Formats: sequence, C-alpha cells, structure tokens
Amino acid sequence: MTPFYRFQFYLFALMAIGAALLFVTRKSPVSAALWLVNVMFALSGLYVMLDAPFVAAVQVLVYAGAIMVVFVFVVMLLNLGRPDQLPDLREAGARIGAGVIGVVLLANLLAVRRETFPVVELAPPIDNVVLPVAESLFTEYLLAFELTSIVLLVAIVGAVVLAKKRATV
Amino acid sequence: MAALQTASAHPLDGSLAEWVWLLPLLPLLGALLNGALVLWPRVTGAALTDASLDARETDTARRLAGTRWLTSIIGPGAMLAAFALAAAIFFTMRGTADLVAPFIRTYASWMPVGDLVIDWGVQLDQLSMVMTLVITGVGLLIHVFSVGYMASDGGYARYFAYLNLFVAAMLVLVLGSSYPVMFVGWEGVGLASYLLIGFWFSDKANADAGKKAFIVNRIGDFGFLVAMFLLFSTTGALDFVGAHSALAMASPAVFTAAALFLFLGAAGKSAQLPLYIWLPDAMAGPTPVSALIHAATMVTGGVYLVARAAPVFAGAPAVSLFVALIGAVTALFAATIALRQWDIKKVLAYSTISQLGYMFVAVGTGAYAAGVFHLVTHAFFKALLFLGAGAVIHAMHAAYHHSHQHDQDAQDLRNMGGLRRYLPITSATMWLATLAIAGVPPLSGFFSKDEILASVFARAQGSPLASTTLLGVPGSALLYLIYAIGIVTALVTAIYMTRMMLLAFSGENRTGDRAAAGLHEAPAVMTSPMIALAVLTVVGGWLNLPELLPFGPAHLLSEWLEPVTGEASRVLGGTARLDHGTEIVLVGTAVLVALLGIAIAYVRFRGPVATKDHAVPETGVAALLGDAYRVDAGLDRTLVQPLGAFASRVLWQGIDQRLDRAFVAGGALITRVAGQAHDALGAGDVGRYAWVIVLGVLAMLAAFTLR
Amino acid sequence: MIGDALIVSAILFTIGVVGVLTRRNAIILFMCVELMLNAVNLSFVAFAKLHGVGGHVFVIIVMTIAAAEAAVGLAIVISVFRHFGAVDLQNLKLLRR
Repeated sequence: MTPFYRFQFYLFALMAIGAALLFVTRKSPVSAALWLVNVMFALSGLYVMLDAPFVAAVQVLVYAGAIMVVFVFVVMLLNLGRPDQLPDLREAGARIGAGVIGVVLLANLLAVRRETFPVVELAPPIDNVVLPVAESLFTEYLLAFELTSIVLLVAIVGAVVLAKKRATV
Repeated sequence: MAALQTASAHPLDGSLAEWVWLLPLLPLLGALLNGALVLWPRVTGAALTDASLDARETDTARRLAGTRWLTSIIGPGAMLAAFALAAAIFFTMRGTADLVAPFIRTYASWMPVGDLVIDWGVQLDQLSMVMTLVITGVGLLIHVFSVGYMASDGGYARYFAYLNLFVAAMLVLVLGSSYPVMFVGWEGVGLASYLLIGFWFSDKANADAGKKAFIVNRIGDFGFLVAMFLLFSTTGALDFVGAHSALAMASPAVFTAAALFLFLGAAGKSAQLPLYIWLPDAMAGPTPVSALIHAATMVTGGVYLVARAAPVFAGAPAVSLFVALIGAVTALFAATIALRQWDIKKVLAYSTISQLGYMFVAVGTGAYAAGVFHLVTHAFFKALLFLGAGAVIHAMHAAYHHSHQHDQDAQDLRNMGGLRRYLPITSATMWLATLAIAGVPPLSGFFSKDEILASVFARAQGSPLASTTLLGVPGSALLYLIYAIGIVTALVTAIYMTRMMLLAFSGENRTGDRAAAGLHEAPAVMTSPMIALAVLTVVGGWLNLPELLPFGPAHLLSEWLEPVTGEASRVLGGTARLDHGTEIVLVGTAVLVALLGIAIAYVRFRGPVATKDHAVPETGVAALLGDAYRVDAGLDRTLVQPLGAFASRVLWQGIDQRLDRAFVAGGALITRVAGQAHDALGAGDVGRYAWVIVLGVLAMLAAFTLR
Repeated sequence: MIGDALIVSAILFTIGVVGVLTRRNAIILFMCVELMLNAVNLSFVAFAKLHGVGGHVFVIIVMTIAAAEAAVGLAIVISVFRHFGAVDLQNLKLLRR
C-alpha cells in the first residue's frame, strides 16, 4: 500500500462520510438528493480502489445517474414547497432514541468485524474487467438474474398502476 | 386353529384336547347370536328395557313367543355343546396315562414387549378341567332352569346373551395359560356380573347393586394387577409355567408381597372379609344368576386363583396362614349374619360367603384338593338351593299376582310357610341340599367339609405350616383356632339353614288365603335341573372319599389334582396324616355338631311367626345381626360420604368449574394481551415500522456479537 | 484496506439508520434507505476481494433491486401526496385504530 493509495482511500472515505452527514441533515429534499449523489460518487471512487472498476462504472451510471435522477424528478414533480415549510424532524424522543440506536448499532457493527483482514495485493490492470462478472452472473447466479428481471417487470407494472390518476380523484 | 407354539411332546398332542380352544368360543358365539337378536327388535320384538316378572306378562309373552324359541335353543344349546365337549375332553384325559405336565397351546401373540411375551394361550390340566366341568355342567342346568324362570321377562334374549357371555369369560378365566389371560376372564366375569345384577336396571337399587359389585371387585383387581407386576419384575414371565418355575430364586419378601396381593384380588372376587359387601346386594339380580355366578362359579374364581398360584402361596407360609384365618373368620362372620336374615336370598348369599370361607381355609392351609372338592360340592348344593329359592319366589310371585297384592315381598321368609304342600319337589330337593350343607352324611357336603376340617387338624398337629408364625403367633395355635372356628361355623350353618327351611316350607302358610290359591309347583323345565342337582348333591361325595371308609374308591379328586397342586400342598402341609382314631373322633364331632344344629333350629324356630307386614322390629343382638353388623352403614359414613363430598366440592366445583373455566378464560386473556402487544408494535403506523425493524436488526446483531 | 472499507460501510449504514428513524419527510426517508443500500454494496465489494467475483455480482443485483424499489416506492409516495397534499410520515397512520 503506497502512501498515495492510502491517502486517496481516506480522502474518498471522508468524502463519503461527510457527504452522508450533510445529506442526513438537509431540510430541502433537493439538497439532500444532491448530497446523496456526492456520496455515490465517493463510493464509486472507493470501488475503483477496491479493484472493482466495472461496479464503479455501473454505480455511477445506474445509481447516481438513474435512480437519483428519478428521486429528483419526483421531488420536482411534487413541488413540495419552500424548505422551511416542510415537515422535518420527528419528535425529540425519537431523535434521542435514534441517537442511542445509532451509537449502539455502530458499536455492534464494529464489534462484529472481529478479525483483521489480510492485506491483499492490488490486482494488476486487466483488459476485460466485465468478463468475470458476466461469467458468474450468467452461470452461477443465473436464477438470481432471472428473478431480478421479474422483479423489474413487477416494478414497472406496479409503478404505472400506482401512479395513474384515478378516474375519480 | 393353528397353534403358535407347541411344547415338547405331550401325551394329549393330537387328541381331542386340541379342540379345547372351542370351549370358551361356543358360549361366546351364543352370546353374540342372542345379542344380535336383542338388537334386532323388528324380528324379535324384544326390548332393551327391562320388564320385571310381574309387569306386562301376558302381552309380552304373546308378542315375543314367536322368537323366544330361538333364544331358548341358542342359549342352553351353546352350553350343551360346551359341556359335551368338556366331558369328551375329560374322558380323553382320563384315558391318557402319564398326564403330569399341563397341556398348553398358544394361538396368537398378544403383547410381545421387550422381554415380556404374553400370548393368547390355553392351559389344560387337571385343575382347569375340573373347573370347566363344573362351569359348563352346572351352567347348563341353570340355563335350562332359566328358560322357565325368565319365560315372561321382556329381556329374555338379553338375559341369555349376558349369561352366555359370563360363561365364556369364566372359561377364559380357568383355561388361561397366563396371569394376564386369566385376568381378561377375571374382568369379563366382573362385567357380566355387573350386567346381570343390574338386569332389571329401571329400578335404581338394582343398578346400584351392580355398581357396588363392580367397584368392590375393582379393589380386588388392583391387588391382582400389583401381584402381576411383582411377578413380572421378579421372574420376567407371566405365564403360569414360566413364572412359577422362575420364582424359585425369588426372595421371601417377593413371595409374601405377591401372595398378599393375589389374595386381595381373590378376596374381592370371592367376597371374603372385608370385600364381601357386594354379594348380599348382588341378590338384586335374577335368581338363576345368583345361582350360577354368586354361588357356583364366579365367586369360586378366587379359590381357583389361589389354587393356580399355589407355588406362590407355598413360598409364603405366613400369608397362607393369613388366608386361612381370614377364610375362617369370614365363614363365622357371615354365618352369624345369616342367622337373622329374613330374605331367603340373603340367607343364601351369606351362606355362600360362609362356605367360600371354608374353601379359603382349605387352600390357605395347602389342602388344595379339599378346597376344590368343597368348591365342586358347594356348586352342586348351593346352586340347588338358589334354584329352589327361585322356584319358591316364582311361586310367590304367581301367588301375589293371583291375588293382586303387588306390594308384598315375595322373597321374605315371614310371608312363606308350609310351602311343602304346594311345592313338594322343591321342598324335597332343598331339604337334601340343606342336609348336605349342614354336613350330614352320606351327602356330598359332609365329605367335603369334613375333609377340610380334617386337613386343618392334621396340619395343626405337625406340618411346615404349623411351624411358621404369623405376627408372632405360632402356626399350630392358629390352625387349632381355625379348626375351632370351623366347627362352630358348622353348627351355625346347620342352625340357619334349618331355620330357613322351617320358615319357608314347614308350619302354617302365611301367604294369605287369597294368594295361597295361586301357589303351585314350578314347571318341569325348572324342576328337572333341580332334581339333577339333587342327585349330584347326593352322590358328589364319591369324588373324594376318605380312606377311612372301608368301601369305595378313595381320594379320586385328590389323585386327579396331584400333578397340579400336590407339591405345593406338601410344602405347606407336609405329609401330615391323621391316624384313624383321631379321624373317627373328628368325623363324629362334625356329624354331632350338624345334628345338634338342626335340633336347635327345630326347637327354636318352630313356633308361629308374624308375616313381614306385622313383624315386630327386632332389637339388640338380633337387630345387629339382621343389619349385618351395620357394616354397610359404617362404610357409607366413613368412605362413601367423604369421597362423595370430595368429588362434589373439590373435583366438580373446584376443578371442573373453576379451573377449567380459568383455562378457557386464560386462553382468551392471552389472546387479547398478545393482540394488544402486537398493536403496541405499531400496527398501521409506518413510522413505528421503521423502529421495529431497526430494533429487530439490532437484536439479531447483538446475538451475533455476544455469542 | 478491506477492514477500513468495512468501517466506512458501518458508519455509512449507521448514518442511514439514524436518518430513517429521525426524518419525517417520506422522500428523504427513502433516500436514507438508499444510503443504507450503498453502504452494504461497499461491504460486498470489499469482501469480493477475498471471496471472488460473487460480491460484484451481488452488487449488480442489489442495484437492480434498488432501482425497482425506488420506482415502486416513489409511485407510492406520489399516491400519498395526491391523497394528503403532503409527504409527512405522520399522515401514514390510517391502519391504526
């Protein structure tokens, strides 16, 4: 691990965490969405550093580029109003409870991760990063792939049905 | 019917004895056929309700006369077939030499459980053969009698079905090859007894009597079961041959315990102290039932059990002494009660208890042959006495029907008198039986009773039994005491039996002139069995004549039973032999006592007696005896009432009502609380869903972390 | 490196959980869920370095499912908005007694 590598890693990591914190505390949905996009970009960088360039590309393309766009679309569509008018946080008790839970959860998660992991060498750059994923996806995980397709179909139909304006509204 | 397993070559192999399995099946078939007739009212017109002798006589007789002949053929016919087969097998056995080992056939596997193997099997040996002959022979006579006695009863087919069922169960009892099979028969006769005692069940008193018999029997059955458990845990086998041979290595404590519990079972079935209370109440059933079940066969099941389990009792001489003692005390106790009974059947009931006591004296002291001998002769004369009483009651009922006095008690001795003129055959046969039971020679009762007393005296003089002690008292002293009690009981027996006969058959008739015109002798179908039994009563003594007599074959029965009970008899009784001088003295004493009793009764009970309606209530000792020492009242106070109160207050109100309701209400409460809890989890509130999900995940993670 | 990635994943996940429990706006709630999914994706990719390419496949599938879920969920949010005129979470209590 070259020092540069580590610096890059921590940079992306801090960017992700910072963007996440900011995202969670924004009142305006649009701001929150944009900060979430930022998180995704940072994660994408992390993916590259973890030798998953394909996944990183897909993350940007699909997650940041499609899903978050849908979110922003909906926010715009609903025209929710000025940020200060929007209902924001839940009652105080919930906030304190959430804080406690957050701490506990984090402690839990960190405790679960008991072992120390071996330092794995960076994979040498290869021409075709898609091939291993494709191979695995279409042989070993074929069933999951097919099921996902069905889920997408259901989602499309469901979304259309749900969002249709009823005849008598 | 193919046998499961055959023993190594037995002299009876391949002979007529192979058909022994048919013996219980024939009466069972009769029971099934008659039962089918009962349940097929359109064909037979028979009703499941009971109809007492008095009611609806003419029209039921007309209605049912069409199909009664079928029942009359099936019922006694099954018995005739069974008796014929039994006699044939008996003669086969007589003609076979060297019959030492029992003839055992198993037909099906019943309970193969681990080490225990119980099969449906038959054990045919000399003892079971004797019992079978008595059961089928006397049973046949009583079935024939019943054709006449129950002729006008609405439950005719039901009666014969139950009676055949009883005989089938009794045959299973005596022919079984193992304790469990015997127990099946044991329970079966208890069931048949219950059904027959409560035959006229629309009268609650009769149903209660049946219930009482069954429940008291149950106590005995508990003893039987515990004894079986003990035997199994000690020997690992429950068939007679296997269990008794493996018993040799058991400790004396096992012998004592098993013998005691077996005796508890026998006492329940054979109405010995303290489990005798059901037998007088059992007189509520039809009189032929009393003759068959409560005189000749079922109550002798206990005696048979002790004889069959002779190896067990032989290993526990103290318990055997105890058995004899209880038998003796019971004999005297019941005899004293019979002195003051006014119901003719109650006199005979207590007499039965008393004579059963004699049998237990015999088998208790190891004189198994004498006990079985008395069993056989008692079957003859007691069945005859009951059948005679049945003829008397039949005549009295007819008399009261004739005079339309339906509230009079047809069974009360005070309402009888001088019946000798009206029922000559009944009177003559019953007098024979009375002399027999009193012990007047040369009737059978004299020989059997005398043999018992002689055996007791012989053992008292010197035997292994005399050397043992029961709770510190030496056996010889007890045996002398038992002998003395036996002599006193013989005196009392002669007195109360003569009293009964005098009250019923002699003197002036007290039934009333109107009713007396309706008195008549029983029809031939009823008197023929009585005459047959009378003949048997007279000649039955020849079964086991003592050596004392200069003529006749001696000890036929003892020799016949020798292979089965001889060894146990010697273990308990030694080879005690009375010398002829002593024996003659004993015989003379017994005869004198019998004649003395008859004389006393003649003197005492000759005078005029008031009828039941005009009778003066008794006081003092007479009242006590008449009430049977108030034992039933005492038991009611100490046992029945508290149990009833317990059942009512604790079990019914406490548990049934409160606890069960609490369970139901509790279930409802739990459901309601669960629903509320689920509601609290945020049903319908999306915000709460998130909380619940997160908390759940946290819990799962915590489980991982803390593991 | 893998361990560090997992720490980051844990922190992001926790932030997402806190957000879900705290915010009232349905759309922002939804986006917090997306954040949680992303954190999990990071874990998968980190472990893929140890256990092979299956982790990447899983990430693809998670993303697909997230897309479908977003579509349907947002359709629901639109329906809710049409009914209540707002996307406040407190409105969604109709099933309670």
